[in-house]
This record gives sequence, C-alpha cells and structure tokens, in this order.
Amino acid sequence: MIVYLVRRLGQSLIAVVAMAVLVFLGVYAIGNPVDVLINPEANQAEVAAVTQRLGLDKPLWEQFVIFIGNLLQGDLGNSFVYGRPAVEIILERLPATMELAFVALVLAVVIGVPLGVLAGLKPDSIGGRSIMAGSILGFSLPNFWQGMLLILVFAVMLGWLPAGGRGQTVEVLGMRLSLFTWDGLQHLILPALNLALFKMSLVIRLARANTREVALQDYVKFARAKGLSARRVVTVHVLKNIMIPVVTILGLELGSMVAFAVVTETVFAWPGMGKLLIDSINLLDRPLIVAYLMLTVLIIVTINFVVDILYSFLDPRVRLSEVKG
Amino acid sequence: MKLATTRLAAAFVAAGALTAPAYAQQLTIGLKSEATSMDPQFHNLSTNTQVLLNVFEGLTKQDAVQRLEPSLATEWEAVDDTTWRFTLREGVKFHNGSDFTARDVIYTMCRVPLVENSPSSYTIYTGTMTDVAADGDHAVIITTDGPDPLLPTELASLPILSADALGAEDEVTYAQGGCEGMGEVPQSPAFNSPDVAVGTGPYTLDEFTRGNQLVMSRFEGYWGDAPNWERVVMRPISSDGPRVAALLSGDVDMIESPPIQDIPRIEQGGFKIVDALSNRIIYLAMDQEGEAPSLGGTNGENPLLDQKVRQAISLAINREAIAERIMGGFAVPAGELLPPPMFGTSDRDVDPYDPERAKELLAEAGYPDGFQITLGTPNDRYINDEQVAQAVAQMLARVGIQTTVDAMTASQFFSRRNAQEFPIYLAGWGAASGEMSSPLKSLLATYDKDAGMGVTNAGRYSNAEFDEILREAMTTIDDAERETLLQQAGTIALDEFGIIPLHYEQTVWAMKPELSYEPRVDQYTIASQVESSGEGSN
Repeated sequence: MIVYLVRRLGQSLIAVVAMAVLVFLGVYAIGNPVDVLINPEANQAEVAAVTQRLGLDKPLWEQFVIFIGNLLQGDLGNSFVYGRPAVEIILERLPATMELAFVALVLAVVIGVPLGVLAGLKPDSIGGRSIMAGSILGFSLPNFWQGMLLILVFAVMLGWLPAGGRGQTVEVLGMRLSLFTWDGLQHLILPALNLALFKMSLVIRLARANTREVALQDYVKFARAKGLSARRVVTVHVLKNIMIPVVTILGLELGSMVAFAVVTETVFAWPGMGKLLIDSINLLDRPLIVAYLMLTVLIIVTINFVVDILYSFLDPRVRLSEVKG
Repeated sequence: MKLATTRLAAAFVAAGALTAPAYAQQLTIGLKSEATSMDPQFHNLSTNTQVLLNVFEGLTKQDAVQRLEPSLATEWEAVDDTTWRFTLREGVKFHNGSDFTARDVIYTMCRVPLVENSPSSYTIYTGTMTDVAADGDHAVIITTDGPDPLLPTELASLPILSADALGAEDEVTYAQGGCEGMGEVPQSPAFNSPDVAVGTGPYTLDEFTRGNQLVMSRFEGYWGDAPNWERVVMRPISSDGPRVAALLSGDVDMIESPPIQDIPRIEQGGFKIVDALSNRIIYLAMDQEGEAPSLGGTNGENPLLDQKVRQAISLAINREAIAERIMGGFAVPAGELLPPPMFGTSDRDVDPYDPERAKELLAEAGYPDGFQITLGTPNDRYINDEQVAQAVAQMLARVGIQTTVDAMTASQFFSRRNAQEFPIYLAGWGAASGEMSSPLKSLLATYDKDAGMGVTNAGRYSNAEFDEILREAMTTIDDAERETLLQQAGTIALDEFGIIPLHYEQTVWAMKPELSYEPRVDQYTIASQVESSGEGSN
C-alpha cells in the first residue's frame, strides 16, 4: 500500500513539474509584456527600466531558474499589472467563481436528474425523445453562443434578468457572496444556467442510461409487485441507485467547472477567476497566468490523486496489480 | 419607427414607476477596460486616467478637443526657457476637507518616483524637473533641466494628491533623487480605501471591487460646477457583445466603443450614438533600413528604400473605400498624423487614389511586375484592424505588389513589430498630448536609444533635417513658433512618404436617449461630463 502511495505521489509530482515547464515556456512565447503595459509615450530608457524591474532582461534559463526557485518556496510572484502577489489576486476572485460553479452544479442536478429519469422511464415517448434531443443540443452548441442567446432572450428581449455582472454581495464566513441577496441571485441565474447546460446534458444522459438499467432489475420489479406506488418506486428504489455514478462524475467535474468557467465568465462579465485569466492574457500578465494555471493543475492533480487512493481502498484489485507491476 | 418610439415611451413610463428613489440620479457606464489601480500614479495608461479623472484633477486639463484649460492652476507662464510658474486656484478643498496648496503639488511630484512596481511610471512627466518650489501657498515654480514647452500639457495627465491624506509632514521640499518631509508614503494597494484616494475632483471614491464595479458619489464641496450625477457606477465589460447587450437590456445607461457592426441595431433600439474624430491615426510604416525581411521577387533588394515605391503604395490605397465600407463611415481618410485643426497640423491634402500612377511609379523604380511583401497587423487592437489590412493588401495586389497579411493578437504584434519582423505594418497612434510632436517624436524621429527618440519607429525612417527641426520645435517655448516648426517637420516626412497615413478613427459612444456626452478626441469616457438632457426616468 505504501509503495503504491509513494508511486502515485511521484507521478503527481512529475505531472506538476512537467506542467510548470510547459506553462512557463508557453507564456514566454506569447510576447513581451512591457510592450503592452507601458505607455506608448515612454522612451527607451523607461522601457528598459521596467524590463529590468520585471526581470525580463535576463536570459530565458535564468528566468526559469528564478521561477522554479520561488515556486519551491510557494511564491508564484507578483502580478506585473497590479504589483501585488498573483496568488492573492486570484484568491480574491475565488468566491465569485465558487458560487457560480456551485449554483451551476445544483441546477445541473436538480434539473438534469428528474429529466434523465423521466427519459429513462419512458424512452419512446415524445417527452423522453425531446429531452434526449435537448441534451444533444446542450452538448453540441458552443457555450459562448448559448450564453449570448440567454442574454438576448432573458435580458434584452424579455428584460427579466440583468445581462451580466455580479450583484450585491454580503459577507458570509469571510467571503463576499452574492448568493444571499435578491439582486445577487438575479445576476447569478443566467451565468449559472449557462455554465450548467453542458453538465446538465451529461447528467441527463447518465441518469437516463442508469434508469433504463435499474428499472429492469429484480428489486424494482419486486417493489412493483408488492404494490408500492409508482412514485415511491421511482423516488426510493430507482433514484437512489442511479445517483452513485452521477455523484462520482459530478465530483470530478466540479474541479473542471471551477477552473474552466472562463467562457461563461467572459460572456457575462462575471468577476471570477476565469475572467481574470482572460484579462491577464490580454495584458500579458505572466505571473498571474502562470499562477492561475499552476493552481488549476494542483487542484486537478490533487482531485485525481485522492480519487485514485479512494479506489485502491474500495477495490483490492487496484492495490494488488500496482504492487506487482 | 413610430411604433418603436411609442414602445420606448411606454417603457420609460413603466421604468419611472418602478424605479425607487434610491436609484434616482444614478449613472451606470459600461467600460471596455478597467483601471488597474485606484492610485493615480501607479499605471500611466489612458484606461486608468479616464476613470481617475473623475476623482482627481491635474493642474491643467484638456477639453473635448484637447485644448489646454485651467484646472487646479488658474494660469501659468514660462518665466524663462526652463522655468514655469503656475498660479494655483484658491478655495479648493480636497475630499477630506483639507485645503489645496502648493505643498500638495510638491508632494505629488515627489511621490511619482516612489511608487513601487509601477508597470508604466509617471516619471516620463517628472523626469525633467530639477526643482519644484512653492511661491507662497498658491503658486508653484517648476524648473526643468532643459526647455520643456509641453510641461503644462503633460501636467493635465498628472493628478494632484492630498499631502494630508497621505501622511506628509508639514514641510515638503522637492529634490531630484529624494524629497524631504514625505512621511510614510502609502503604496498603490492603499488607494482602494476612500480615505487615501483623496482628490479634488467632482466625485469621491466609494467602492472599488476589481472586475465588478467602481462606485463614486458626488463631492458636495467641489469647486467647479456641481456634477450631474449623485452616484456613478462604472462596470468593466470587456467583450463587445455583452457590453452592447448590457446597454440594450438597460443594465447600463451608456457604453464606450460599441462595435461598429452593431450600431444600426443599437439605433433601432432607440438609443443615441455620438461620435467624433479621435486623435488616433491608423498608418502604414515601411522598413527603410537596409535589408527588409519577408520580401520576394526583389533579388534581395529592399524596394521600400525607394521613395517612388513608397509613393506607389500610398497612391494604390483607396482610403475613401476603406473609411466607407470597412469602417462603416466611422473613420475619415487621413492626410497627416493628426486631424486638422489640432496643434501642428497643416491641412495637407489626402493622397489621391490613383492606381495607374502607382503602376507607373513602380515601373520607374524598376519593379514593373511588382514584388511580394508581408503586411503585419494586429487583429484586436484598432477598430476592424485586420479587415483594413486585408483591404490594403487587395489594393496593393491590384498594382502588382502581392501582399500577404500576417494578423495576430496585439500583444504578439507589438513584440514582433518592435523586433522589426515586418517589412510593412499597420498600426495606430493616439497623440496623448493632442499635438503633433507626439507622433513625430515617436513614429518618425530617427531611432535613438540615448536621446529617447523614435521609440515606435520600427520602420526606422530617418532624415537628419527632420530630426533637427523637430528637436528645435521640442525646445521652443513660443507656441506660434513651435507650431510652424512642427508643420515643417511633418511636411518633410510626409513628402518623402516616410510613413503612410490611412485614416483617423472615430470614437463612438452609445447611450440612453435622454443622456448627452460631448465626444472627446482623446477617447476618454469621463462620467462628470455626461449630461442628462431630459426629465426622463433617471
């Protein structure tokens, strides 16, 4: 078991290091930040001064060594644009993204599961077919286009909801959240729905496939034979059993939702981490881009690591084969 | 149209009925970009300046057409070639109630070099100041290390801070390389607090939530005309589509730079469009230094060294067509680097569209069959920049110059442009000072690191006579004399086709019909200058 743990940890570390190299080189390739940051009226001496202060006059390898050195001490550097620690600025934006992802997740489950079950119970009905057709649309239409359409319909044409931005916030547990104000909720609905649509389609398909399978199981037939109401059969016997795979998948998807809400946040001018990433790329704020990507890598590697460990507890075969291999 | 008006009127009645008194007198603006800090001395870039000019003011200011006007200084004069005397306005209060005096001016100049981590420092304005001294409480004498005729203009971009709010001592003395009496100098993050971000402007800072909004409220003790709005909210909405949607849905009252493709749609919705010529010129620059990269069919020669070839390129371009069809009418063909009648322009005629003459010139230059060239352009920096470049390429192809467009995102374009990777490139220049020395100094002066000239002259145009006249202009205090010199210098460079002006961009704002805004040449969106014309729901 220890051997397995150590090996998995090693693999995770290699993934992080490989990403650090790739991210650093990738960011290095997209142009000189000073050209974007500085006032065009500045003369060559001022350009040189800023270049030197940001450490961009050093050769690539030296910049990389400094970057890795700082990284090992947990320091991802100061933002070029804001002049403050990059991690601090990202964490400032975390609550906005977290609440967006959380509400999207809730929407995906609350809307997706019942629709999936319905489609699973009556796969050949018109309702079931339309739900499946809808889920295909949710999968295949580009996210930004869905977002623009939501804005067009609900904000511009109907005027029910605001077109973007974040509403009024209140401080909850030290975080500024907009989830608990009416104004905040109004602002939250459209972006959350936009972010949820893809996951919702995923949930619908998962729930449908599992429902079809579970509905044919003996215990469901038995419950029916016992004379239980259709409602009880579905809510207790079917629903409980289809939730296991749904929860597993969504747990994994939450990480990617937090990390890649980029498109939704941009379309809805939502002040989260994804919007920050896009703005930083436009301004070539290298430390912020790198810090964001490294944090993302860390989140996803950690989630995968934990999941693998959990599997090895649940399934002895994983442990055994890994020890031998 | 009738129907739309009626519906709109109905909407206003409804909105008026629903709007609570708390929201009366509020103006919400959707901006394309966000200020990176509330410290007016942190990042010297127009996106910061336009926001902070609501809270802070400089000694001078520029009106909508960038003419210099008194602001915190009521008058100024050049005592001699290197000494300026500014008379300060009396009775001006800062937001925290303290009086505005010469000490605040000295403190402001002193703090500039002390701002840490500044991505683009304001030292470009203060670098030449050898002394800043008080002459009583309401006059300041600024001494420079050489003649600096643009000093009053540049001071319009340097907002005055409150020495009291920032914790200065009672006596602040200026010295290049280290002032005295500065106390503990607060750094930029401290300015998120309204207690530190204290200016003399028409609005006080209430709240700044990065990425979401900036809220300001009316300063009751403002010395000038009381601003129109009790409360101003500025929201950064960087993507074009969502910004337009925010206006159409009523989330915001006004937006800056709507994409010109969407303008008919916005007008149909009953909104008002205002636009004006900007100080931004879109131009073509050509490599005029030895061998140029990415050329073909020229036997290794650089045809752009030949004035006839450069002239041929200019004559091959149909500027009217570009302005009308690609810019949707929101551009004006350009004959020089700044739209007349701004300072230093000479009403020069726009080069005609004459492809026949262009072909002749190419033949005379020894390229009867033309040659191949690559045109570099950003695709997200100027209005429809890539489409303009494509049109130019097609027009050049018609006279025999086979042109390939190499378009890329601005950050990459600037780096490659500065590395001189393009034989010819399309770019833009906005003259922050609102006069001709700005483009001449940066785009056409001989590239010279030590003198700080020709920073953006990546084509490396160079003419000794031009340099001489420009240098003289930049040290001439007398306005009339300076203007003549600038006109001469500009004419020399344009006669040689050292640079090819294409068009002046027009800046566009869209707003609710009851608002009005005098469009600014410098493209700034300044909340205190937005007027409410009707009795409307606001």
